[in-house]
Amino acid sequence: MSVWREAGLVAGKDLRIESRSRVALAQILPFGLIVVLLFAFALDPDRGILARVAPGLFWVAVLLASLLAIGRAFSVEEQHNARDGLRLAGLDGAAIFLGKAAAIVLELLALEVVLGAGVVLLYDVDVHGVGVLILTALAATIGLAATGTLYGVLAAGFRSRETLLPLLLLPVLAPVMLGATRAFEDGLEGVPGDAWPWVALLGIFAGLYTAIGVLAFGALWEET
Amino acid sequence: MREKDRLLDPWLSRVFGWASIVSIVVLALFGLWGAPEDATQKEAQRLMYLHVPAAWLAYLAFGVTALASALFLWPRTRSLVWDRIAGASAELGVLFTALTLVLGSLWGRPVWGVWWAWDARLVTTAVLFFLYLGYLALRRIPGEPIGSAKRNAIAALIAFVDVPIVHFSVEWWRTLHQKATVFNPQLDAHIDGVMALTLWIGVIAFTILYVYLLDRRYRLASLEDEMEEREIAAAIEARIGAPDPVEVGR
Amino acid sequence: MPLVVRLRSVVCLLGRFPALAGVDLDVAAGEILLLTGPNGAGKTTLLRLIAGLVPMRSGEAEVFGADLSVDRRTARAQLALVGHETFCYDDLTVRENLRFITRAAGSPAEPDATIDRLGLRAVADLTHRRLSAGQRRRLALGTALVRDPRLLLLDEPHAGLDAEGRTVLHEIVAAAPGEGRTVVMASHELDLARALATREVRVDSGRTRLAEPARAAATETA
Repeated sequence: MSVWREAGLVAGKDLRIESRSRVALAQILPFGLIVVLLFAFALDPDRGILARVAPGLFWVAVLLASLLAIGRAFSVEEQHNARDGLRLAGLDGAAIFLGKAAAIVLELLALEVVLGAGVVLLYDVDVHGVGVLILTALAATIGLAATGTLYGVLAAGFRSRETLLPLLLLPVLAPVMLGATRAFEDGLEGVPGDAWPWVALLGIFAGLYTAIGVLAFGALWEET
Repeated sequence: MREKDRLLDPWLSRVFGWASIVSIVVLALFGLWGAPEDATQKEAQRLMYLHVPAAWLAYLAFGVTALASALFLWPRTRSLVWDRIAGASAELGVLFTALTLVLGSLWGRPVWGVWWAWDARLVTTAVLFFLYLGYLALRRIPGEPIGSAKRNAIAALIAFVDVPIVHFSVEWWRTLHQKATVFNPQLDAHIDGVMALTLWIGVIAFTILYVYLLDRRYRLASLEDEMEEREIAAAIEARIGAPDPVEVGR
Repeated sequence: MPLVVRLRSVVCLLGRFPALAGVDLDVAAGEILLLTGPNGAGKTTLLRLIAGLVPMRSGEAEVFGADLSVDRRTARAQLALVGHETFCYDDLTVRENLRFITRAAGSPAEPDATIDRLGLRAVADLTHRRLSAGQRRRLALGTALVRDPRLLLLDEPHAGLDAEGRTVLHEIVAAAPGEGRTVVMASHELDLARALATREVRVDSGRTRLAEPARAAATETA
């Protein structure tokens, strides 16, 4: 069976579990919204800062929520030792990587739509350059999910995984944070032309870490 | 095959040890007296002679960790020697990275009035610091030797790949803002002769120190591994030597 | 007779503890091998090793002719393990869990045959979370059977099964040689297991000792 079909199988499995358990919907999404709210408490809506820093705050909220989403993607495999079953099932490591990452991408994109709406409403942001925003979000999210899936499997087997994952993942995502925020700023300020180089950077990052994931995930998956 | 338990022969190790002491003393002399005082920055500028070599080493050590990790993963050169080198280099690296950041801060404050400057080099070094911490946290988790080493090696390489991307994106970010770069580490060609010389002495001194410490840390790691091997072998012996159980009657 | 499993001086560590301290084992095709021994002897580890789930520290291990230290996929494609856990997802139904495994193995078939054979038709569309312990044990058997394995590894399969479940288990194991399967089973239910086994090996302190062949001869007639 081709890698893509196997990946589709894994992604389908993860998404079906999510549609039944509703963890992303009922827990991770509210978490993201709470973070958005907390920023408002921290930065005092009356001072007019929020709208200006909205892109950055949005991506910080997404980043933090993604930690939960990635952790969840792997804790699902710990139920009843499902990970051993998955290993025995004979699926290619690259396929498991692509499948899990794809499921995370879809969940995060849905999350970003809702969080984005929340930010726009709560911080009073004028929205322009939607095309740039969408492409940026796509590229950034793919990079985020690929890197996250890679580090997720790295941290998965350990008891300290909940504290290990953020420490490992967040520094590596600095360029994504930078690029996504700058691109969003440019888009919202009405200068989308400035954003394209950042989107390209995000795309390169996404491609690079997807390639690394395809190569390395299998080995890491066996070791944990 | 007996794997190496040290990187430098004993006599060579002693040479490096003495050389590092001597070269650091020379650095101190040049740094504190030999090099002229900077016109604008006064005495504080002398911190550069520590800061820049420390930064050099922070990145060198990371490069060594990445290279050693790659060599471990490559089947032809797979050997736990590389894993130990990667770990030892990372420990030294995180120290030098912390030193770089602290010195940069101490230098920046009296000269430019800020504890921190958002330029590409400093920010990348800060990210490097956290990458190190993550890698070392991962190494601390016990597990099956070859499996853990593979995992650590992959982690090191994934992080290594990120560093140039971070540097590039931060630099781009900062040049887009019209503010002139606050931080000017004076690494350009028009450094005064003695200053440049002192800088080179610093780089050489720190590198010698790094090699010496790397060897010592490697030896420690080798001894730790050997001890663990002996414990395991003893445990296996104990199990093999266990008395035959009394067969329960049927 | 071709050897399905061939282990020589296998040492296997769990952390620093030598769970297997020098195991020799041959399993021929069509055998029903019973592993006996006290708790902590290494039976579970031995089964997991054969399944390629734990790495070897030293020794030789060949399953279906493939060297486990180099290639675990060949072996895994032809074997199935029934462990203490079901390897299933709480939020998927019995059918969905089995279907996932079947698809992963490359087969487009529906798992209905296995569901029927294990008597799980009544709960086929219940999520794993809602199954009783006995039903889960049957599902565990199902996850193995649905892959149509040449080698069936069973770790304490009787534990948690009700009488009806045990009947199903017996039927499956007894039918195995006829279906071209080899079975390696670790069990404490000696009376029940011995009725099925063609050979018995005792595992103790991480090593294997052969048990009386006379027992084997007695069951041959069954």
